Amino acid sequence: MSSAAAKKKRPKYLSLPAILYQIRLPLPGRVSILHRISGALLVMPFAAWLLYMLDASLASEAGFESIKGYLDLPLVKLGLLAFIWAYCHHLCAGIRYLTLDLNRGIELRPARASAAAVLVVSLALTAYFGWKLW
Amino acid sequence: MVKRLVVGAHYGLRDWLAQRITALIMALYSIVIGVVLITGVPVSYAVWKDFFAQGWVRIATLIFAASLAWHAWVGARDILMDYIKHDGLRLALEVVTVLLLATYLGWAIEILWR
Repeated sequence: MSSAAAKKKRPKYLSLPAILYQIRLPLPGRVSILHRISGALLVMPFAAWLLYMLDASLASEAGFESIKGYLDLPLVKLGLLAFIWAYCHHLCAGIRYLTLDLNRGIELRPARASAAAVLVVSLALTAYFGWKLW
Repeated sequence: MVKRLVVGAHYGLRDWLAQRITALIMALYSIVIGVVLITGVPVSYAVWKDFFAQGWVRIATLIFAASLAWHAWVGARDILMDYIKHDGLRLALEVVTVLLLATYLGWAIEILWR
């Protein structure tokens, strides 16, 4: 190991503002941080929201009809679209990480290509389910 | 070579593996349920209720919910360990996360076996 590398202060901690504004992440880095953000959003609020809707829709006929009407509200559909994106992105990025864990596609070029594919496929799936929804 | 004193065992290997196995279970469930729901959109309460009354859907959904709780715990803990430096605050948020995930699991069971 070179002495220059040895002199660097390690470990290096980065603040959140530094990550957001100073460091220009490569595409796999962006996919990674979106994987975290989507995962956090799926835990809270989306899981709670979906459980609430599942609960009400299965409880009674009236509950089912009220959830049906609730899902027709534009703001609710927008929220559901956000959920669909978070789910699709988390799933697609997750599949990418599983293949990376198997040492497949770990070279720079395929890794960047698969990161781009994750973004494109998850947005395409969101568009498809959004179209189905409307 | 980095000289490092290694003491103890499995630094998070079990969590790492559990997160991946639960991910596969949830991916499989998502695809199966997604296809079933897309091909036959539940238009009425009776169809919707009957769907979740099926034995395999109940068991599969229960396994999904349990996988989700475990998977989300590992993920949420990773996020908290990375961004929350204050020990007391991190511990408090971890407790809140566990309670939240346990609530989700209990709620799911309540919905499925009403």
